[in-house]
Amino acid sequence: MWEYTDKVKEHFLNPHNVGEIENPDGMAEVGSLACGDALKLSFKLDENKRIKDAKFKTFGCASAIASSSALTEIIKGMTVDEALKVTNQDIAQYLGGLPDEKMHCSVMGKQALEKAVENYRGVPAMEAGAKIICECFGVTDKEIERAIRENNLATVEDVTNYTKAGGGCGNCQDAIAQILERVKAEPKTDTKPRLTNIQKIRLIEETIEREIRPSLKHDGGDIEIIDIIGNRVIVAMRGACATCKASEITLKDFVQHRLQELVSPDITVEEASK
Amino acid sequence: MKTIYLDNNATTKVADEVLEAMLPYFNQFYGNPSSMHTFGGQVGQKIRVAREQAATLLGAMPEEIVFTSCGTESDNAAIRSALMTRPDKKHIVISRVEHPAVHALCSHLSTQGYKVTELPVDKNGMLDLENLGKSLTSDTAIVSLMWGNNETGVIFPVEEAARMAHEKGILFHTDAVQAAGKLPINMKNNVIDMLSISGHKLHAPKGIGMLYIRRGTKYSPFLIGGHQEKGRRGGTENTPGIIGLGKACELAAKNMEKENTDVKRLRDKLESELLRSIPQSRINGDIGNRLPNTTNISFEYVEGEAILLLMNELGICASSGSACTSGSLQPSHVLRAMGVPFTMAHGSIRFSLSVYNTEEEVDFIIEKMPAIIERLRGMSPFWNQAGQSCEAQ
Repeated sequence: MWEYTDKVKEHFLNPHNVGEIENPDGMAEVGSLACGDALKLSFKLDENKRIKDAKFKTFGCASAIASSSALTEIIKGMTVDEALKVTNQDIAQYLGGLPDEKMHCSVMGKQALEKAVENYRGVPAMEAGAKIICECFGVTDKEIERAIRENNLATVEDVTNYTKAGGGCGNCQDAIAQILERVKAEPKTDTKPRLTNIQKIRLIEETIEREIRPSLKHDGGDIEIIDIIGNRVIVAMRGACATCKASEITLKDFVQHRLQELVSPDITVEEASK
Repeated sequence: MKTIYLDNNATTKVADEVLEAMLPYFNQFYGNPSSMHTFGGQVGQKIRVAREQAATLLGAMPEEIVFTSCGTESDNAAIRSALMTRPDKKHIVISRVEHPAVHALCSHLSTQGYKVTELPVDKNGMLDLENLGKSLTSDTAIVSLMWGNNETGVIFPVEEAARMAHEKGILFHTDAVQAAGKLPINMKNNVIDMLSISGHKLHAPKGIGMLYIRRGTKYSPFLIGGHQEKGRRGGTENTPGIIGLGKACELAAKNMEKENTDVKRLRDKLESELLRSIPQSRINGDIGNRLPNTTNISFEYVEGEAILLLMNELGICASSGSACTSGSLQPSHVLRAMGVPFTMAHGSIRFSLSVYNTEEEVDFIIEKMPAIIERLRGMSPFWNQAGQSCEAQ
């Protein structure tokens, strides 16, 4: 039996956003019956070009259905560009993690999203120059390379868990090993594990909630996140802090310092203009 | 929530009578049967009784029974013994639908200098004996074919296959783990050399199995150690397990008729009602030639793991041949060997009953399954609103 998180079970038993949007702005189908899982994703934008609604139909196991449900929840309210920054790790993390053997379900979500955006923008679906490596599951070299980079994969088995490539007849396993060698030999631009945007936003929220707000409240003040743009965290000081002359010092020496320490050293904190 | 257990090909409940027979041998009569004192020796007496009970189920002689730890050990011991006692022969014949205990062992042996022929099956999972005849050569050491298939319940004509092997002087082994207790087996009426049985598939506990070795068959032990089992299997006897298995064999002989009447009737009711109420569903396996307790049904355009987890919410236990349940990415090797289309194989569910199942349980499943399949089909991109299959891409 798979060890699914409660969140996976919840999204499998009561999936959000099942269905198809009529006249969608973007739509894509990935996977196939033969592969054992398939996802049809459609979305609609509002007047501000933000994703107003997203719906899915999925053929697959519990984690495939839960990943699809999570994906539609994550991208709602995002612009198309923001949505494209959502990674398969974000989907898995939203669900509190997936078993290794099931990571390909989150990758399928990411692929459907990209293809739906390509469909919206009217650009060709397959990446230029991509070549099918795994005939059984129709996985291209570009997809394998990206999965290796984004998830820091080390073995052929990892690649199979994340992309399904190599999990059928096994004939392409040597080719996958070669791609692994090639990607591992690439110069690393960033050696530290990087947080995705969603991970960072969540971590900032959690840190403020757990580490910062209790201290401010103790002094009769409070803090509210207004926006997070890259590494800039825009906040508003509330309660006693709003009128406190030392609030600027609190902001830099306490709030910013804690966030730099616990989330990322690049973070700056600014007060929203009153 | 009540558990409704229809996964008896995976494992079975230990029968109350079996447990009762075993219990004193854990902390009361815990002596070693090899000991000189009466305290140990009396346990040896009980093992003798268990060996007789086991032999009776098979129409065998007690000395033809070797107790092992499980079905997998029995399969491994049989095939390796054949190769050890016939060192000049390097060829093994099995089928494509064997249990991993045989299949994976032979894949391993094929990397160790042995040649393995895997006989195909037809779309109903049946074996063509003509293919078996053609596969046998002067280099063949052993043929190993399962009696009843664990996934589909399809029965192989192993007695006829054993005769064919014998005509060419080749040893024959059968994995009868699923068949034992469900089909009458009488070793006096066939020429099978070795036969594997697992305790936990017939209401004995896990961790006990046995291998029938026909008298006169050369045997090379798999576990080498003490003189236990007449030197055919080293290691201190699992006395409670052996006593439990003996009792379970006695019960199985008693319940055999019930398996083929009551259990079969419930199985037939379950599958005919599900086929009737759920469109685009079908049976995998030769319906006229199956174990009485097993049905393997495919529900097209939905995935097996999702079906099982929704059934699980209602306390219903079964299995699937879907890729997602196994950790591999391909559906069951048995269904693939039968050429079951992927659209069907991913949505296959195996129900396997026992004498402990009731009419109410079967009725409950018949009532609940249509909604489960409908709910998942409602989410499937291959199933449109009108309840018809869309053409798959």
